[in-house]
Amino acid sequence: MTGNVSGFDRPLAIEARGLVKRFEGTTAVGGVDLCVPKGAVYGILGPNGAGKTTTLRMLLGIIEPDAGYRRILGAQRPHDVAHAIGYLPEERGLYPAMKATEAIAFLGALRGLPLKEGRRRAHELLERHGLGYAADRQIRQLSKGMAQQVQILGTLVHRPRLVIFDEPFSGLDALNQGKLEAMMRGLAQDGTTVIFSTHVIAHAERLCDEVAIIAGGRVPFAGPVDVARDRIAAQVRLETRAQDGPWRAALPADSRQEGRFWHFALPNGGIEPLLRALIAGEAGILSLSIERAGLHDAFVAIAGEAAARALSTEKPEEPRR
Amino acid sequence: MSHGDHQIGHKGRLSMLAAAWVVARRDFTAILFSRTFFFFLLGPLFPVIVGLLAGSVGQRVDQSSAAPAIGVVMAPGDAQAMIAARGRLAARLGDGLPEMRLVKDASPAERADPGAVMVSRKGAYAGVLSGSPAAPVLSGPGPRITGWQGDVALIAAEARDGSAGSWPRVRLAKTAVPPQGDSRSRLRTAQGAQTLLFLLTMMLAGMVLSNLVEEKGNKIIEVLAAAIPMEAVFFGKLFAMLGVSLVGIAVWGGVGGALYLSAGSALALPEPAVGWPALIGLGVVYFAMAYLLLGSVFLAIGSLANTVREVQTLSMPVTMMQLMLFFFATYAMTQPGSTVEMLAVILPFSSPFAMLARAAQEPALWPHAAALGWQAVWVLLLVRGGSALFRRRAMKSGPQGQRRKWWERVVVEG
Repeated sequence: MTGNVSGFDRPLAIEARGLVKRFEGTTAVGGVDLCVPKGAVYGILGPNGAGKTTTLRMLLGIIEPDAGYRRILGAQRPHDVAHAIGYLPEERGLYPAMKATEAIAFLGALRGLPLKEGRRRAHELLERHGLGYAADRQIRQLSKGMAQQVQILGTLVHRPRLVIFDEPFSGLDALNQGKLEAMMRGLAQDGTTVIFSTHVIAHAERLCDEVAIIAGGRVPFAGPVDVARDRIAAQVRLETRAQDGPWRAALPADSRQEGRFWHFALPNGGIEPLLRALIAGEAGILSLSIERAGLHDAFVAIAGEAAARALSTEKPEEPRR
Repeated sequence: MSHGDHQIGHKGRLSMLAAAWVVARRDFTAILFSRTFFFFLLGPLFPVIVGLLAGSVGQRVDQSSAAPAIGVVMAPGDAQAMIAARGRLAARLGDGLPEMRLVKDASPAERADPGAVMVSRKGAYAGVLSGSPAAPVLSGPGPRITGWQGDVALIAAEARDGSAGSWPRVRLAKTAVPPQGDSRSRLRTAQGAQTLLFLLTMMLAGMVLSNLVEEKGNKIIEVLAAAIPMEAVFFGKLFAMLGVSLVGIAVWGGVGGALYLSAGSALALPEPAVGWPALIGLGVVYFAMAYLLLGSVFLAIGSLANTVREVQTLSMPVTMMQLMLFFFATYAMTQPGSTVEMLAVILPFSSPFAMLARAAQEPALWPHAAALGWQAVWVLLLVRGGSALFRRRAMKSGPQGQRRKWWERVVVEG
């Protein structure tokens, strides 16, 4: 296991050890460990081709790992608990000729929900989410975003205990992204475990209790978001009136100057000794701020510059088979 | 979207059967109310055309499946009079009268025992007429000669005095000799059943393949694979299409039955050895097995292919193989009891065809139970293999390296 700092005091919704998957000689996932506590909102971060989707597919039993161990909601075979799981794949798909209500009820039926009850809940969900007018429309008659919302509702219609979303925000406008974030928080409040993969770190930063960073088919970090941020020191931004003086000797050696501003990592001994030295040296402190590292910075530090560059420049994934 | 949607869940994972039912119900309904089903109903027109063409391939079968005829073993003058009378009556009444042919070189033994003609002539005759036009004797298997008794009396009356006013009594000499003529004629029944079975199977397997490829295109397949085992998806798809086909068969059967009733004996095929009800029942079961066997292979192909081109590339050899096996089974039915026939029965893909032909020719029913069990085992194996292949090859994500699939190498690099 690499970098997994998740606490084991909470019961786990998912536990995976050393998952490996190879396709025609290429290692897509090279030993992934994950521990997802029950009731958490858990993010899986990584650039395209990092192995996020393959990992999720192994967790769900869509594909079998070549090596490793997994336990989902206490079951070693994911299909044994399929009725308690909801899954939204990255490549969304519904039958184009099906009506919205039927599509939702069908997705529920696949998870063991009786069709009649599924239809009743589908109507209720569509009404609640402002899509009641589309209940009897065929999927092909809906916009892409609406169809995606229908599929999300179909993912939840059987009221699962664990929901896995693969890149759920792609294809949604900003308004619906916000609604989806609120819904994910609500699911967690109700005790549902939510796992989602994303390459947009801002979503993870806003939503997640814990994250796993996947890069090159491995997990260099898995644990609480705060712990990830603490992997790199907080950044200090200091503004001084004086440009030079004996106080400068008190600044860390790697300080970087931009005009009257100085940037450097928070010293190990804390800010107080430095403040005393600056005051004694008459630096003339105009402003000083300490900024905790963001998840993006943490990602850069953990996954490496190359992965971070890939993450920031990548386009939405296209299927590669 | 609010978060009040999740208060009470439900419990209970779906069994394999229940999961397959969910898929089958969706597919069945979707296909039944689609344009595809309309074209499916038109499908029999295609088999009729192709069946006529394919019939010429089974020349050997055709040669031996000529219309049953009565061999005439009478004094030369009487024989000629009978055959001429039959010709005159046929000109007036149509082709409903049995064919009559002179047994030119009948031996003294055959003249003494006309029933022996059917054995020595290797089934060239389904009955033998001896005696004279005034006192004809018709020898042969009971059901057949009883049916011809009236026709022969009419022909004899015509031969005797050129009028049908006074019919002589035709004496029937029922023989225990196996009705070789009937047996040969049954080949026609067997061939017809085989051809129908083959064409239906190919058409349905193609449809199930298209259905799977379409679902891969819709991306729905990943949702299915995440929720239920792939075996359940495969079985659901196979049985949905089977259900659709049974609806189609019911429609075609209704139309065929109406045609039969309106056309009368003109459409009659020789009675199969197991009888018509059993043959129809076995035909439905063997059709289901042949379709499930081929359909499971086609589903495996669908799991490998991502594009129409790949589907064509991969399904062509399977189609060709199935065609070869069909011809093999057709050939095997002309060799009852031989190693060739046994091989056709054992090979899973030719087994339904060979066994259906056997049902038309042999009355025993127990071999069918054994064969159906054997074919069911293969269906299970193929579905499991296909679903394993699907899991291994279909759900890939991320970079796959530079290696091409083997069939792509074959196609592109020749």
